[in-house]
Amino acid sequence: MDTKRTVFPSQGLPYLLVAPQLIITLIFFIWPAGQAVKSSFEREDPFGLSTSFVGLMHYGRLFQDPAYLASMGRTALFALAVTVISMGLALVLATAVNRLIRSGTAYSTLLLWPYAVSPVVAGILWWFIFNSTTGILPYVLEFFGVDWNHQLNGGQAMILIIIAASWKQISYNFLFFLAGLQSVPQSLNEAAAIDGAGPFKRFWTIVFPLLSPTTFFLMIVNLNYTMFDTFGVIDATTAGGPNQATNTLVYKVYSDGYIGLNLGSSSAQSVILMLFVIVLTVIQFRYVERRVQY
Amino acid sequence: MASIDLKGVRKVYPGNVTAIHSVDLSIEDGELVVLVGPSGCGKSTLLRMIAGLETITDGTISIGADVVNNKEPAERDIAMVFQNYALYPHMSVRQNLEYGLKNRGTPREEIDRRVAEAARVLEIAPFLDRKPRQLSGGQRQRVAMGRAIVRQPKAFLFDEPLSNLDAKLRGQMRIEIRRLQRSLKTTSVYVTHDQLEAMTLADRLVVMNGGRIEQVGKPIELYDRPASLFVAGFIGSPPMNLLPVETLAAVAGATMPTLTPGADIVGIRPDQVVLGGGDGIALSGTVELIEPVGGESHLYVRVEGIEQALILVQQGRANVGEAERIDFVLPIQALHGFNRESGRRVE
Ligand SMILES: Nc1ncnc2c1ncn2[C@@H]1O[C@H](COP(=O)(O)OP(=O)(O)OP(=O)(O)O)[C@@H](O)[C@H]1O
Ligand SMILES: [Mg+2]
Repeated sequence: MDTKRTVFPSQGLPYLLVAPQLIITLIFFIWPAGQAVKSSFEREDPFGLSTSFVGLMHYGRLFQDPAYLASMGRTALFALAVTVISMGLALVLATAVNRLIRSGTAYSTLLLWPYAVSPVVAGILWWFIFNSTTGILPYVLEFFGVDWNHQLNGGQAMILIIIAASWKQISYNFLFFLAGLQSVPQSLNEAAAIDGAGPFKRFWTIVFPLLSPTTFFLMIVNLNYTMFDTFGVIDATTAGGPNQATNTLVYKVYSDGYIGLNLGSSSAQSVILMLFVIVLTVIQFRYVERRVQY
Repeated sequence: MASIDLKGVRKVYPGNVTAIHSVDLSIEDGELVVLVGPSGCGKSTLLRMIAGLETITDGTISIGADVVNNKEPAERDIAMVFQNYALYPHMSVRQNLEYGLKNRGTPREEIDRRVAEAARVLEIAPFLDRKPRQLSGGQRQRVAMGRAIVRQPKAFLFDEPLSNLDAKLRGQMRIEIRRLQRSLKTTSVYVTHDQLEAMTLADRLVVMNGGRIEQVGKPIELYDRPASLFVAGFIGSPPMNLLPVETLAAVAGATMPTLTPGADIVGIRPDQVVLGGGDGIALSGTVELIEPVGGESHLYVRVEGIEQALILVQQGRANVGEAERIDFVLPIQALHGFNRESGRRVE
């Protein structure tokens, strides 16, 4: 592709211009990541006075620790549920708005708001709604014979964080699905209608396959989101409880490191998470950037 | 196969845009009717109403014996070829052809038979397993045609199917469509704004303007006896010369004949003008520009006292040069009279 080349007056200027970004990345991302890798191979005494190299001990222990393995399973469940729910609902909403053609912008704006809400605020919002003593939903659920108390019931706590995390992510998915839907030419739909396909058949045989690049991209982004960006939501709603029921991998990094003060193990966990991100990102670049073939 | 009948059809789009003002049209079984007219005159709208892709504001459309106003496109048993072909990009050519048959529950052997037959007729057999994006424009066009013929529908609807092809290919495909339609004898409605395409394809030509039908008839009838100023100016290339009677009378002097009362504009086809002398309105002017087209030459002639340049067609090479003066006559029997106010032909 032909890209326009900018000519700078001096050789140093381009480096100077990207320097702030590079410095921020180095100080706040690369360096801590390096520290995490380093300390995952070390053991530190409780007062932080001495460290010793212990090799892969932390990793070995993690994979034998039932609590860690349970957290992994929990995270998988959480990630899948949030991805499926937030993408499914977003697709339904985007399809509905796409039909409205013009008046769609008002709905779209409304649907975007959750994305602008910070994770902690979103968490607190849902915490209020689901609060077992003052919240509105437990009150309503009582009529259906459901006794809601996520502070005691682990399953309910998991449902709460799934809802809170999905709600926040729907906006993002919605935007991408809407853009994807709008790029499907109307004449394809019309041709399929003439070819005898009803609305559902048209959606599943024409529109959905054409959305596959968007769907794949969103799947990766959402998995990434649930595994790493949901710390705020969890911290504000359940703080990993009750009894570890919502202690996902990313929250466990924090609870083991800052509350349990086991920095070595916590670092090893964050390195494992980092590997997850790297794998997901590689997949994304290999397939999404090259466009999913259809 | 079926006839198509439009009675008092109107279309008002949201926002009070009236795209079609009360159209009546009967298309006979097996006929190829071409809708032609300038951009925005409502050709596509009319076609899409027949297809069921637009609602019908007023009037009725019937295909065969059934009024189809409230029928879904699928229930109308028609096939449409779109300007951009609208091939399903994620399906192979074969799957594109099969899609409509599968949706209707056609048995497997029948599907295979029809796809093979269409592929043979349209010469697309070598590409059956390719995706549309791996085809050239002309090949895509054939696939779009194939998708229509495998269905063996009651009618074909074409919306400018050739306008994305280059001139040479367009000429070939035009002939092919004509041949195919003749052999299948499927009622067809064909929209175009290319008047050459319209003239050569049509059994009957429908000229539209501003949401109304101006004239319906055989292409040659429309050429020979345009019913309105609009048709006179639209059909034929180069277009008919249209001159106000009073200007012409002032310039022609004694050679000006008495015309039918009411005719205040006269028209003459460029190829009907006779160079040199003879019977008729005698004029002379200066050749401004010569366009050699090959077999004939188009002369743009400026006559003093007449505002616009007259166009003359001379067979073969022009025997005059630019800026030279020439004499010519407009034969009386070749004149068409029109009324300016009503825009209609005056006999
Ligand atoms: N969806 C729509 N909403 C409102 N007005 C419309 C719509 N579609 C078409 N129109 C209007 O209806 C009129 C007829 O449009 P139509 O597409 O039928 O023209 P056309 O004859 O096919 O023109 P072209 O040769 O450019 O394709 C135009 O004035 C157009 O602006
Ligand atoms: Mg059109």
